[in-house]
Amino acid sequence: MSILHTVNKSPFQKNDLASCLAHVSDDDAVLLIEDGVYGVITGTQAAGQISKSPAAIYVLGGDLAARGIGEEKVADGVKIVDYDGFVDLAAKHKAVNSWL
Amino acid sequence: MKFAIVVNEGPYTHQASDTAFQFAKSVLAKGHEIVRVFFYHDGVNNGTKLAVPPQDDRHIPNNWSALAKENELDLVLCIAAAQRRGILDEKEAGRQGKDSNNVIDGFRISGLGQLIEAGIQADRTVTFGD
Repeated sequence: MSILHTVNKSPFQKNDLASCLAHVSDDDAVLLIEDGVYGVITGTQAAGQISKSPAAIYVLGGDLAARGIGEEKVADGVKIVDYDGFVDLAAKHKAVNSWL
Repeated sequence: MKFAIVVNEGPYTHQASDTAFQFAKSVLAKGHEIVRVFFYHDGVNNGTKLAVPPQDDRHIPNNWSALAKENELDLVLCIAAAQRRGILDEKEAGRQGKDSNNVIDGFRISGLGQLIEAGIQADRTVTFGD
């Protein structure tokens, strides 16, 4: 069953992103929102973990901008979406799991 | 598609309520249905009519209230969480012997069964919290 996972914690603060990535399969997607967007900054350990994940990785563009993270800093392979994209991802996958 | 939304955090303390609100707006804009928004734990603080944020700031309870009115949404505050935090509608205030109430239009107080029911009726349940 395909699942959309949302992660809203910074990987510099909590372990949720690593826990999530350890559980995903290749038909899943991971969407980083709120402070979770710190996980996509290129060159960080978190971004390295993301690049090895079988799941598709997305990040909420508005939350990146709100934190001053330019799109040029987003790691390769991560797709930027808006709230409409968030809704589409939720609809596309069979369930949504929020890593709170 | 039918969505249920759960909000576990209060306004202005955490981004969860803002994120849930933006998500809810997009759900509706894309033609989906919102079965219910369930406010649990500190999330019940989104349902107060006594919040007075600065004029240049967003008014989160009013925004939810307006969204509910425009789209006939069912916004439910968990009764046990609400009573602990001093969030009472007219009926509950009377029942508890309180001289005032503070639930904003568009919200109603009910039980956890409403969350379970929403989860059953909706195709997707999306939770926002800390």
